[in-house]
Amino acid sequence: MPKPEILDPQGKAVLGALPRLGFTGVTDVRQGKRFELELADVTDEVLAEVRQMAETLLSNPVIENFTVTVEEPVS
Amino acid sequence: MKIGVVTFPGSLDDGDARRAVRLGGNEAIALWHADHDLRGVDAVVLPGGFSYGDYLRCGAISRFAPVMAEVVAAAKAGMPVLGICNGFQILCESHLLPGALIRNHHRKFVCRDQKLRVENNRTAWTSAYEQGQEITIALKNGEGGFVADAPTLERIEGEGLVVARYLEHDPNGSLNGIAGITNERGNVVGLMPHPEHAVEELTGSGTDGLGFFTSLAETAEQAFA
Repeated sequence: MPKPEILDPQGKAVLGALPRLGFTGVTDVRQGKRFELELADVTDEVLAEVRQMAETLLSNPVIENFTVTVEEPVS
Repeated sequence: MKIGVVTFPGSLDDGDARRAVRLGGNEAIALWHADHDLRGVDAVVLPGGFSYGDYLRCGAISRFAPVMAEVVAAAKAGMPVLGICNGFQILCESHLLPGALIRNHHRKFVCRDQKLRVENNRTAWTSAYEQGQEITIALKNGEGGFVADAPTLERIEGEGLVVARYLEHDPNGSLNGIAGITNERGNVVGLMPHPEHAVEELTGSGTDGLGFFTSLAETAEQAFA
């Protein structure tokens, strides 16, 4: 997600579009990215490495925050 | 001097940058993104365009191109590096320059002749200009909004790292109207507008950009190393 202090022009565009469609009551919109990484094994070491991937490539820590969550695949 | 211009997949302005290098009185050397080789150049230009399709974030993939490992090491050793537009984005993603470039605040691509003020003529790339000189060169970007957190912005301003500022018109929402910045040493410069498109009367809006390509000769004697 873009950090709170960073302007999010795309979120602002969505915020402007919602009332035009009749949706009211939304006071702010922030738009981020979601990456789904498939891994054979999820261990603490693997999670540490995923965080490293997030810091190095998937996000730019200068302007973005990230969280890592583990989800079971839907079969 | 031999100035290398890197071509990434999706670079647009590498040809113009090489031409500007020649018009500035230097020898232009084409460099390739996939080579671990700077071919003995004295300085490097990272040109504008949409390297790697701007996928993920502008400059995020290019940062890890083989040639960038060499550029980053050379820049840290004092080699002059100029990043224009997409090149500026690559320099920020590489952490050679502070801050980042985000989508224009008005969300539209901007293409115009933009007036700038040269705020720092002590860098490797701006010594041909007078301090405070006003110039007009082409600006064309979709993601040219310069941002940094408050302490970083304060440091950039406090240490005089702003190289150029937008005048009269805010084209992209950059904080403090910042159009370009340099590192502490003054060898690395990132600029959102395109000086390589303003190097001769016939094909540009004037010749105000030429100084970026003639400065190196003037500063060659100075020690940026």
